[in-house]
Amino acid sequence: MKKGEIPQDKSTLENFTDEVIYAKGEDGKYDTGLSTGWSVKSEALDSAWEDINGELEEARKDVMNGTKSPIFYFMKKELMDEAILASYVGFMKFRVKRHFKPSVFKRIKNSTLEKYASVFNISIDELKLFKG
Amino acid sequence: MQNQYTHTQSAHCENGVITNLIKSHGQDFMTEPLAFGMGSGLFYIHLPFIKVNGIPAFSFRTMPGRIFKRTCKSLHIDIASKKFSNPRVAQEYLDKLLQQDKLIGCQVGVYNLTYFPKEYRFHFNAHNLIVYGKENGNYLVSDPVMENVTTLSEVEMNTVRFAKGVFAPKGHLYYINKIGDITKEDIKTGIAKGIKRNVRDMLHIPGPIAGVSGIKYTARKVKGWREKLGPRRAGQYLGQIIRMQEEIGTGGGGFRFMYAAFLEQAAGYFDSKELLEVSDEFTKAGDMWRQSAMLMAGALRGRASEQSDYNNMHDLLYDISDVEKEAFKRLSKIKLK
Repeated sequence: MKKGEIPQDKSTLENFTDEVIYAKGEDGKYDTGLSTGWSVKSEALDSAWEDINGELEEARKDVMNGTKSPIFYFMKKELMDEAILASYVGFMKFRVKRHFKPSVFKRIKNSTLEKYASVFNISIDELKLFKG
Repeated sequence: MQNQYTHTQSAHCENGVITNLIKSHGQDFMTEPLAFGMGSGLFYIHLPFIKVNGIPAFSFRTMPGRIFKRTCKSLHIDIASKKFSNPRVAQEYLDKLLQQDKLIGCQVGVYNLTYFPKEYRFHFNAHNLIVYGKENGNYLVSDPVMENVTTLSEVEMNTVRFAKGVFAPKGHLYYINKIGDITKEDIKTGIAKGIKRNVRDMLHIPGPIAGVSGIKYTARKVKGWREKLGPRRAGQYLGQIIRMQEEIGTGGGGFRFMYAAFLEQAAGYFDSKELLEVSDEFTKAGDMWRQSAMLMAGALRGRASEQSDYNNMHDLLYDISDVEKEAFKRLSKIKLK
């Protein structure tokens, strides 16, 4: 790639930073140049986010239909999976998975809910009362 | 240290931290491509069984932390490094080192890194930055991928240093303990060693998934994805490749341009025309990778998502693998003295 060919497309890095790209200068030697973004990789990132948001919407419906607990929804909202959530709250993975069941969720102690709420950065009530 | 510290932006965080740390000790020869090459940073691996959100993992560079270790070892740089179980102790330790005017490298999680755009904040824990001071309770931060220096509050810093999940940093910090005289001979030995190890990693790892044969493995898989997974899921897999290859940190073309820049600098040290020629081969490979990303984005977005398009990706990846194989074979034959 030549320095003049470094793409300067609009991207989500706007207002945060430009990124460094290695490319050849006029003299045929390598140099660094700055790029505001490249549409090709923006498409990949956008589509990853569309998938994430789609899954979050599914999770919301699951809570609404009573098939999943709010913990499942907020885990998705924080881009976590069971393993990451388990390491943040300090429980075993199977226990976290059990807490996805609405019937189990109803019986969870407040002290346990507190841990989840603090990881999700919400109040205990917001967690308990989330209806999807 | 805050007064003398100069922040240099780099493409990749790990290379950037090494380069800035070494340069701050008066070693101006250090550059990002040199750190990358001495640390044998170039790689390819397709991990079909390690899935991130159900999508296989791909990498265009070596494991996090390796480049740092290898480069410092090559240059006989004495590194101190520490992990913690208690965040309070970790903070006190960092503060104590900063009072001694040391520059401190920290491993952090990206998810809560407030100065990153939200769209880039995933639970990725192998990011690196330099802390170069503390002012009014805020840490002065030099993040190599950012254009400018920035700050993090104590709470923010503790959160990112104690992110959880894969590669959890556990407050990991490191700094240069002692750096001796680095001669031109040391640098040349480091370059030769880095190249040799990279030849091994790209040509001689057994099994089909790593190195130049890994690229062909991906090619064969890609060809079958449309049929096997359907266009939507296949698009998600392709998107993953594009992001690992081109996202911020790679310098473009899956680190291939950065490696070409390394070989160009190496050619200068060894006064070798051959190294310069191989550098051109990696430029070519980088351009081809970018072409491949364009094909993949076309399939991902439905502009060109027929089976024939997937066949084209397969053919191009095969060609890339051949170009890189030839290039590394040539590298293995060059006498670096």
